Amino acid sequence: MIDLPFIYDAFVQLCSGIPLTLQLMAVSVASGAVLAIALAAMRLSSWPPLDLLARIYIFIFRGTPLLVQLYLIYYGLSQFPELRKTFLWPFLREAYWCAALALALNTAAYSAEIIRGGVLSVPTGQIEAARAYGMSGFTLIRRIIAPQALRQMLPGYSNEVILMVKSTALASTITMMEVTGLAAKLISATYRPVEIFIAAGAIYLLLNFIVSRLFKQFEYRLSAAQRQPLYRRAAGENA
Amino acid sequence: MKLKIILSAIGLLATAHVAQAEDVIRIATEGAYAPWNFSGPNNVLEGFEIDLANELCERMKAKCEIVAQNWDGIIPSLTAGKYDAIMAAMSITPKREEVMAFSAPYAAAINSFAAMEDSGLANLPETGKPLSVDSEAARPVLEEIARKIQGKAVGVQGSTTASAFMEQYFQGGADVREYKTTEEHNFDLASARLDAVVANATVLAAAFEKDDMKGAKLTGPLFSGKVFGMIGVGLRKEDTALKARFDDVIKAAVADGTVKKLSEKWFKVDVSPQE
Repeated sequence: MIDLPFIYDAFVQLCSGIPLTLQLMAVSVASGAVLAIALAAMRLSSWPPLDLLARIYIFIFRGTPLLVQLYLIYYGLSQFPELRKTFLWPFLREAYWCAALALALNTAAYSAEIIRGGVLSVPTGQIEAARAYGMSGFTLIRRIIAPQALRQMLPGYSNEVILMVKSTALASTITMMEVTGLAAKLISATYRPVEIFIAAGAIYLLLNFIVSRLFKQFEYRLSAAQRQPLYRRAAGENA
Repeated sequence: MKLKIILSAIGLLATAHVAQAEDVIRIATEGAYAPWNFSGPNNVLEGFEIDLANELCERMKAKCEIVAQNWDGIIPSLTAGKYDAIMAAMSITPKREEVMAFSAPYAAAINSFAAMEDSGLANLPETGKPLSVDSEAARPVLEEIARKIQGKAVGVQGSTTASAFMEQYFQGGADVREYKTTEEHNFDLASARLDAVVANATVLAAAFEKDDMKGAKLTGPLFSGKVFGMIGVGLRKEDTALKARFDDVIKAAVADGTVKKLSEKWFKVDVSPQE
């Protein structure tokens, strides 16, 4: 019943959408991370208005569907003729930048909370001890907070990146021909949705397999302290 | 005695029920393709095809349930049995006929380019004149249009005859972008993301009557021809009896002018198929 050669064919054709999918993911994850760090800093700041501002942002972007945000940015903003005369229009005119913007704004809200959780997980005793040694500001962050916070937030953050890979599929709704967009086009030419969606699913699975492996590697490197020391393995114990 | 009456009553009810179940025809439409089919006030489906479907069902003495279904999944859901027929301005094309059957045509498809008045594409040649893309006369016109739309962003609804038309006649020339609905490409035409769109002329003309589409106009010839095809009721291949029922009533409705009357009511022009 299922036509394997056809699935393979579709898989090969859909592979030409991978660069766009990865680009959208990379651009939005990178710029989203920068925004997330700023938002997390605001959330942790001792000045209430900054905290409140970040809270409102996170509340809005976590509380509404990404598809709605994408439509508001793509179709909503274009309804204002004034905007079309500004320097922003060359970017907002392009579906690519609208998709990247929506994805970045969305992931920033989730990532900010992940970063905040990571920072808060560093025991206060360590920070006090570091202060007692005369560390402050950037040194304190670089030596004490960041390494531990990064280790704590990695599992959560890898989830977020995996979600982002899949979220790029929504860009197909605003004419982007990434993997899902190509799949839709192929379906309209062949009327065989099952085989083509299986092929598209396989591509996302493959991409996310690579992403999760990379994070696993990264986690392994950062968790030297939790691993068994080498001399015990040398003494014949199985790690 | 009493028991007999009850039993026969149950029997009667049962047969009545079966008869009713057999005579319900579930028809899918898109609901976003005004004036062919669209959601009016209170989400009630309206349009040329809704009126026609009700008319045809009355002639078939069947009860019709009309449901809205996304264009993307409209053919797979038919083959999966979610409904029995499609009336969604769907053109009869050889490619579609590989996976489904069509009734006799109930309308002809006429497509056109549209652009904003102030854009360079607002004066394509032969504006408003009927032109069959299969004819000899079409070649110079198509060539001139191809030159004008070279490198321009042109929106079409995906998996339609409009997208097939762009692919077949302007391959590699314009930057063709596919949308889920015609409403979405109209938005992008108004916001100057697109230089032009191609869609069914009746749909575009109706859309441009709205305020937010002010300044948009049809441009170039009113295309017809093989690539656009005729519009028929989409059916499953195995439902030959249902096809025969639809064929009969459609031919009758075309012959007695009912289709023409409905067409003029909704489109202000006659789109009934001419043999």
